[in-house]
Amino acid sequence: MPKEKEGSPVATNRTAVERKSDHELVVTRTFDAPAHIVFEAWSKPELFKLWWVPESAGMSLLSCDMDIRTGGTYRLVFRHPAFDQPMAFFGTYREVTPHKRIVWTNEESDQGAVTTVTFEENAGKTRVTLHELYPTTEALDEALAGSAEGLPEQFAQLDKLLANRS
Amino acid sequence: MVHCQTRLDATFAALADVTRRGVLEQLGDSDASITDLAQRFHMTLTGMKKHVCVLEQAGLVTTEKVGRVRTCRLGSSRLEEEAAWIEQHRQLWSARFDALDKLVDHLKYKEKADAQRKRR
Repeated sequence: MPKEKEGSPVATNRTAVERKSDHELVVTRTFDAPAHIVFEAWSKPELFKLWWVPESAGMSLLSCDMDIRTGGTYRLVFRHPAFDQPMAFFGTYREVTPHKRIVWTNEESDQGAVTTVTFEENAGKTRVTLHELYPTTEALDEALAGSAEGLPEQFAQLDKLLANRS
Repeated sequence: MVHCQTRLDATFAALADVTRRGVLEQLGDSDASITDLAQRFHMTLTGMKKHVCVLEQAGLVTTEKVGRVRTCRLGSSRLEEEAAWIEQHRQLWSARFDALDKLVDHLKYKEKADAQRKRR
């Protein structure tokens, strides 16, 4: 796999998604603020709630419990008028290193990814890299296939709403 | 911004051969056994097996052996599925990160304003 070059010609405010390997997906974006501010927006539940569920998606967050510390757990429950049942997303924080790194599990299914987000500050800007590591190639392939077959995958309903918007 | 390098490499390598492109066209019309394909393309069974194997590894063709006959059919277009899925993912994260961008801006100015107030 060729590695992405650092400082590749990505505009600062572009969100890039890349399949790094057979079981890894990477999302990157640069924010015009120091790392401690981006980390704060990510780690304080009252701030996290303001951006994690895009307003335009028509979703609402029923509850948001986040015990952000290594070994702590989280549980997010969403509702959308188009769906009868609320959707719950939950897992454990494997690592929380202030201003640098958060690692969490996605335990809705046993094929859930482990997500690592890193914050790299450079000249007052912060590059956020979100890395999803699926346990097996099959798990990511299943996620891919799932999106084509009635979308049972965890984020699929949310993804669909966003996709339909455009 | 979508890179599926390994898969694309496998796909392009598979498509680089005129016989393999012919096989895909053929399978677009109907499923066929390796023996059928070998006859149609005037090849040995072993030669055709190799081509099918390359197509299979690229996900362009699937095969199934029933008894002594291996039937080939077009694979589901995994590249399309993958591209669509990644695009959905990108839209989700784009929307999230746009919102985060605004919030971060707000926090940044608030922090500056607080610092100035303290200095006074």
